[in-house]
Amino acid sequence: MITRPRVTIAHPAALLHWTRIRLFATWRSSCVTLAIVYLAAKLLPPLFDWALLRAVWSPTHAALCRDTRIAGACWAFVADNYRFILFGTFPAEEQWRPALVIVSLLALYALSGFHLLRRPTLLRLWFGELLVIAMLMWGGVFGLTYVENERWGGLTLTLLLSTFGIALAFPLAITLALGRRSGMPLIRWLSIGYIELIRGVPLISVLFMASVMLPLFLPSGVSIDKLLRAQVAMILFAAAYLAEVIRGGLQAIPAQQEEAALATGLGYWDRVRYVMLPQALRIAIPPLVNTFIGFFKDTSLVVIIGLFDFLTSIKVSLTEPTWSGFGVEAYLFAALGYFAFCYPMSRYSQRLERQTGYGTSLRALRDN
Amino acid sequence: MARRLDPRQRAGLCQILLLVALCMAGWYFLTNAVDNLLSRRIASGFGFLWREAGFEIGESTLLSASAADSYLKALTVGLLNTFRVALLASTFATLIGGTLGLARLSPNWLLAKIAAGYVELLRNIPLVVQLFFWYAVITESLPAPAEALNPVPGFYLSNRGLAVPTIVTLLPLQIEHPTLNAFNFSGGVVLSPEFTALFLGLALYTAAFIGEIVRAGILAVDRGQYEAAQAQGLSQGQIMRLIILPQALRLIVPPLTSQYLNCIKNSSLAVAIGYPDLVSIANTVINQTGQAIEGVAIIMLVYLTISLTISAAMNFYNRRIALRGART
Repeated sequence: MITRPRVTIAHPAALLHWTRIRLFATWRSSCVTLAIVYLAAKLLPPLFDWALLRAVWSPTHAALCRDTRIAGACWAFVADNYRFILFGTFPAEEQWRPALVIVSLLALYALSGFHLLRRPTLLRLWFGELLVIAMLMWGGVFGLTYVENERWGGLTLTLLLSTFGIALAFPLAITLALGRRSGMPLIRWLSIGYIELIRGVPLISVLFMASVMLPLFLPSGVSIDKLLRAQVAMILFAAAYLAEVIRGGLQAIPAQQEEAALATGLGYWDRVRYVMLPQALRIAIPPLVNTFIGFFKDTSLVVIIGLFDFLTSIKVSLTEPTWSGFGVEAYLFAALGYFAFCYPMSRYSQRLERQTGYGTSLRALRDN
Repeated sequence: MARRLDPRQRAGLCQILLLVALCMAGWYFLTNAVDNLLSRRIASGFGFLWREAGFEIGESTLLSASAADSYLKALTVGLLNTFRVALLASTFATLIGGTLGLARLSPNWLLAKIAAGYVELLRNIPLVVQLFFWYAVITESLPAPAEALNPVPGFYLSNRGLAVPTIVTLLPLQIEHPTLNAFNFSGGVVLSPEFTALFLGLALYTAAFIGEIVRAGILAVDRGQYEAAQAQGLSQGQIMRLIILPQALRLIVPPLTSQYLNCIKNSSLAVAIGYPDLVSIANTVINQTGQAIEGVAIIMLVYLTISLTISAAMNFYNRRIALRGART
């Protein structure tokens, strides 16, 4: 194997050369560099001062947050409310259960992302995980006390909404994507109508539909709880977007693949199952990850219909008299929380795009 | 043994069965809805639109709605508010996004990294969180009107929102500056904290996506074009303006329009911070009248109309541009 000589920027001459070409190449570039350095020198120290040096960290000193002489960030808010933000109103002595759910979900996401296990094993694990989650969250078996789902909340709920949302939207999305390419006009038009309708309206209207309209369509006496209704809305919404991504994957398969499958005498469902879908889904993985990121961010919209997810927990914590007025800190923390999940996923999908070569036609030009 | 149906008959049968199933499901839901509406004494139909709304809308520009006005007028004001914030946000997002796209391609390492950091940061945080954040910054961290920040002459930023000068007459140019009274501003236009937060959040968020589109569009222009222009002795600015951008625009415009669409759809998050856009007024209407089906239908119809209109306009533009491309 040939090892490339590593360019060490640490060498003074190399560093000087790099500085000259990347920061001071022209007089205009030099001006930009100096302006940025000036702004950074002016803005960063006070920010650093506020966020770290003068910050109040311990909830026992909550009164200090209101002291105008200190005037630092009040991170004590997070320290005081972290259980509520992570687990909602889950009974305190049982909170190891949602904690376990969070940890196992994250572990499984990591396992899936880094291809550490074979695909059938992974699928079995995921299926098992969904059962384990249901068991841990509801309880009522193996001596676990029953916890009604009104008490689920916080980060746990955000992860559950997005994981179950995508998992359950997938079958519907595949059906819609196939339907849109179907030769049967009724099925094709229904699929197109559904996909375009959902993609044309904001998610909020779909959530409103589930929270205020759906109850009217059920027989009197039957009621579905708020969490399930929101989950259904998220699934219906995600399915339309996923369907378009899967359709993109289906379209990217060379036509000969289907013709060859047809020639070997495979029926429609066999062609779909053994020839089309495996290829389409593999091609579609990077955009699927992107759709998932969008969907994960979108779960925060349940704040509008009053479901206690990560964001709502933070918003509600702010209504306590002790913490009212610390919205800036609270929402910075919320932003950090979402970023911690979305950024690694977005890096992951960018890496996949580079590896598979799909979606990189634009980037490739730059690398030439 | 039953005779096997040929594929065409089977397809027909499939579709008929599906249609029957759909009709049955539709009938089931419809009868449920009728029963429920009757038992809850909720009226149906759009007659409520002409009834008195009974709520005031604090924010309006072209039309104003008082409590005595009808629901229809309230919803119209809401729609205008949606357009107002989406239009302004899209304009600024395009300016910021274009700058970001160019900055990410800058040979200056610092500038490129800062632009890249901006894009990664804003794209990976939900818009609702950003709106809450800006709203908190405006209402909690900014000073009262008496000590309003005055970054640009005529513009005052305080916890009551942003006060901006207005043009009274164009010829001769007459500008009315906001002035501070005892507790608030008079003269000029005072943009409410809700509007300012929504506008700021939407513009900055959409800009991150537009920045990526602009960058990808520029990168997709063949490198040979750039080199040929350089060989002709054109300056950097000329190359960008005359050679790269006109070609990149063809790739930029379609995804750009879908970003504008997203911007309009995202403006519906106004309901989270209490800006009276179409969705938040429709929400109030639903709560007051109980007519959820009609309320949701209005929201969906309006957004669907906007989406389809913009898509149609984009298709028209694409065809025109494709023709022009074919001719050269």
